[in-house]
Amino acid sequence: MSEFDVEIDSSGLNCPLPVLKARKALADMAAGQKLHLIATDRGANKDIPAFCKMTGNPLVDSSEADGKLHFIIEKGDANG
Amino acid sequence: MAKKMAIIASKGTLDGAYPPFLLASTAAALGFEAKIFFTFYGLQLLNKELNLKVSPLGNPAMPMPVTVPSIIQVLPGLEWFATWMMKRKLKKKGVASVEELREICIESGVELIACQMTVDLFDFKHENFVDGISSGGAATFLEFASEADITLYI
Repeated sequence: MSEFDVEIDSSGLNCPLPVLKARKALADMAAGQKLHLIATDRGANKDIPAFCKMTGNPLVDSSEADGKLHFIIEKGDANG
Repeated sequence: MAKKMAIIASKGTLDGAYPPFLLASTAAALGFEAKIFFTFYGLQLLNKELNLKVSPLGNPAMPMPVTVPSIIQVLPGLEWFATWMMKRKLKKKGVASVEELREICIESGVELIACQMTVDLFDFKHENFVDGISSGGAATFLEFASEADITLYI
């Protein structure tokens, strides 16, 4: 798992909360900073990449460990 | 330019409340400009105090712990029980409440529009609605929907 600046654990929360929590966290971050998002919502496997693609925040890494999904999202320049 | 999503919310049940608020809050998170036009029973979703219910009556696909014949579903308390069961399940599975999703919509700039014709029809009062609700009619919705990338009737 890559380095990160901010961590959000959305374990136990269901769609669309992991996406909404990621959005909220990224809004307070500076471009280039990385967010580590942890999720147990299986839909996040598709939803987080879709969210990253649509908002211009690159998905740097994704993995699965101990039944949890881990995403590293880099804050892009495009959104506030 | 930001993508746009226009939704008509016409249902006022607990299950009917989820799609408009869930999709609009997510759309806002994806950078969409989103507007929801509330009409007929959907106006109930704007009340400050939400008291939304779900009923298995006329809804044969609703999962129930035991099969309940329609003739029994009309008995007092059955709707209350079905609503209680659904709310408990939503909470247990980590699904946001309708109030929570609505709050996120408002915070993230989703415009909530009350259909003025149905507000008048049912004698609803704007002061009973949450703050920041605008009002409009068919042309208001169509003007926005004509430029929307996604338009949904729920």
